[in-house]
Amino acid sequence: MIGLQILVNGLTLGALYACLAVGFSLVWGVLNVINMLHGSLIILGGYLTWYAWLHWQVHPLAALLPVALLLFALGWVIQMTMINRLVRQPVLTTLTVTFGLDLILYNAMNVLFDATPRRITLDLGTLSLGEVVLAWDRIVAFVLALALTLLLYAVMNASRTGRAIVAVRMDRDAAELMGIRINRVYAMTFALGAGLAGACGALMAMVFPITTNISGLLLGKAFVVCVIGGLGTVPGALVGGLVLGLIESLSGHLFGPQNAVLIGYGLMLVLLMTRPTGLLGRKGYE
Amino acid sequence: MSAPLLQVQGLTKRFGGVAAVNQVSFDLAPGRIVGLIGPNGAGKTTLVNLITGVHRADSGSLQFEGRDVTQQRPFEAACRGLSRTFQIVQPFPRMSVLDNVTAGALFAGKAASPAQARADAMAQLRFVGLQALADRPAASLTLPSRKRLELAKSLAMRPRLLLLDEVNAGLNSAEIGAAIELIRAIAAQGITVLLIEHLMKVVFSLCDDLLVLHHGELIAQGSPQAVAADPKVIEAYLGTKYAERMRA
Amino acid sequence: MKRSMAIFAVFALAVAAVPLAGDNYLLQQATFVAMYCALALSWNLIGGYAGYPSFATAAFVGLGAYAGALLQNAGLPMVAAWVGATLITAAFAALLGYGLLRMKGHYFAVGSISIVEVLRLVASSWAGLTGGGEGLNVPIMPGGPEFAGRVFLYAMWAVMLLAFASAVWVDRSRLGFGLRCIEQNEDAADMVGVPVTRYKTAAFTLSALFCGTVGAISASWVSYIAPTDAFSILLTLKVPVMVLLGGPGSLLGPVIGAASFVLIEQTVWSRFLDYNQAALGLVIVLLIFFLPGGVLGRLRWRAKPAVQPGAAPAAGSAP
Repeated sequence: MIGLQILVNGLTLGALYACLAVGFSLVWGVLNVINMLHGSLIILGGYLTWYAWLHWQVHPLAALLPVALLLFALGWVIQMTMINRLVRQPVLTTLTVTFGLDLILYNAMNVLFDATPRRITLDLGTLSLGEVVLAWDRIVAFVLALALTLLLYAVMNASRTGRAIVAVRMDRDAAELMGIRINRVYAMTFALGAGLAGACGALMAMVFPITTNISGLLLGKAFVVCVIGGLGTVPGALVGGLVLGLIESLSGHLFGPQNAVLIGYGLMLVLLMTRPTGLLGRKGYE
Repeated sequence: MSAPLLQVQGLTKRFGGVAAVNQVSFDLAPGRIVGLIGPNGAGKTTLVNLITGVHRADSGSLQFEGRDVTQQRPFEAACRGLSRTFQIVQPFPRMSVLDNVTAGALFAGKAASPAQARADAMAQLRFVGLQALADRPAASLTLPSRKRLELAKSLAMRPRLLLLDEVNAGLNSAEIGAAIELIRAIAAQGITVLLIEHLMKVVFSLCDDLLVLHHGELIAQGSPQAVAADPKVIEAYLGTKYAERMRA
Repeated sequence: MKRSMAIFAVFALAVAAVPLAGDNYLLQQATFVAMYCALALSWNLIGGYAGYPSFATAAFVGLGAYAGALLQNAGLPMVAAWVGATLITAAFAALLGYGLLRMKGHYFAVGSISIVEVLRLVASSWAGLTGGGEGLNVPIMPGGPEFAGRVFLYAMWAVMLLAFASAVWVDRSRLGFGLRCIEQNEDAADMVGVPVTRYKTAAFTLSALFCGTVGAISASWVSYIAPTDAFSILLTLKVPVMVLLGGPGSLLGPVIGAASFVLIEQTVWSRFLDYNQAALGLVIVLLIFFLPGGVLGRLRWRAKPAVQPGAAPAAGSAP
């Protein structure tokens, strides 16, 4: 049944979207910074994974953790040196500075890797369940994306660092009074966001061609997911991602793939006007 | 008897399940100084918010100078001659004191031009005694000065009804005395004043009439003496046990 | 105020005199300067005075470009097409503003930037009207390239003058005062009698107006438009940076910023061809960190602590 295929496609896509957006959502929700670098960080993760595959025959699944850690470290450095100064600034400032940083990263990647799409072909074949067909690499990506997202959720709820991040998100000043070191939390959050972006990039490299040209597209998806699901929480990103995935899958079938993206943006605009905090949203940031 | 300036009928506003203002009805005659009193949480500020369009009533109606204004927005209320001050003062922080008041004169006060508005504003600053601070940024003022700035701004709006929300909170005795004189001078200009107050000294020395709110309902209205003797009012402020003791 | 106008007059005369130098490159650069000045002055109305950080500039420029191109292709004379494009863009902005201006801060920024993307996607897929990804050709102006170069310089120059004039008008008027109130405390502005929604929409529409004109003129100038260039995210982010560079909320700030930015961009471009994006990014980052309040901010508030970008100076103190 077509409907089932659409549903399955939507969910697999949705999990990927959730994974790619969750780091962005955290940074926005906790640091109040819209991180325009996010798309490029994902691409960087993808490129590094591809590079390891091509030159050292490292399987992308094995590369996932090292790439994530590398990007985590990069994120930490970027945050401490630059983003930290932006935290209480108006959105005009944060958006333009992170955009400037993105230009630097984007350019650097273009020079190092050039914009030719890079693809890791795993050739794992497809799985057929009744009338529904799924490529195995997509299934793997779906499972991992979900796993990463849930892992982050566990970290947020169970670890001290995670609880500290949540506290800062809810009320920065109260958290500081409780003895939480805000700068450290900020650095950790941004680094986590970068690390997750890197991991997501590694996943995506298995399934899609990686090129700097799509970094803007990915950033756009992150925006939409955040608005749909709500800022700063993992469940929000999950719900937002899945909803977007389903909507795109359905609209793509009904109206064509290019219009699917358009409809996603349209939904975001409608939500911004009516319920900007999103489906699961709590305290919205202005 | 002249037509009432403000007619409130059956006004109700709910937040969640709680009725902050419940079926309140009263008339305000022009030229009076009326006090709005009641224990904390009685709904006084909510009532003022309803009158000035900040909140929209769930039911009931509001008539100002004979026109139905139940659905009005804040800027419409301001332009119609309904002006108010805030408990927590809301200036334009980076503008000078003069410009803050000019804003009031230029928009609700309907001055002919920004230059005219500045002249009107200066006059209001002199009236409240802040003319020396005209060029300071509003954010740098002390609390009593900020209260006077609020007052000057709301006067520059050329109100016919001025709603004062606890103008005296945070002021010491001397400052309160000065504030009372200022309010008398305002009323002398023909502006009807409704003031939310906790200080009985102010209420009794200034007000011609009182409205008493409790749990969102109007439980008494009349002259200060009558209201003070009203057993319902005593009970609301002092509690049932005390009230019984006083009656006994 | 008088001093700003005098300085601007000198600047405008200098730009107008560039054709006398007989250098085509200079002519082109001057055209860009005029164009960016117009865009920056327009942005300042919504971003500087009203304090709503709009990233929709490229949406209006692109819309103007497509409207102008389509009108010209339909047979309208060039200048008439420009006027038509301006009106269409203004109408669009007025309608859009109604929904968009309800959002504040971050949400407004995100909403405005997504309009650029939405329009780009619409232009790409509505191939029947817009030629889709292939783009649209616009009739080349007769008279030869040198003549054309001069026409387009003066066209952009005229828009720049109009944009400056409208900025002066807003600065002096009730609207300008009201916008400054809105920027500092929107609720208090409402309480004081400022018709907030109306004023915000007016500022937004005014800010879009000349962007549309610029777009239409660009389309005629280059004789070809395509979705990605017309709705350029880079442009939509450069314009606020220019205003930040010069000093937001003032009359001359956008002009200083736009002119300086073009200068910087040209220097960077010619030296770092492969790295020009990164160099641009670096300029933006350094600028924000070391020049908050822009050039004018540094000059004016020498003694006081630096003002945050996006903060308008006290009303009435505009030079």
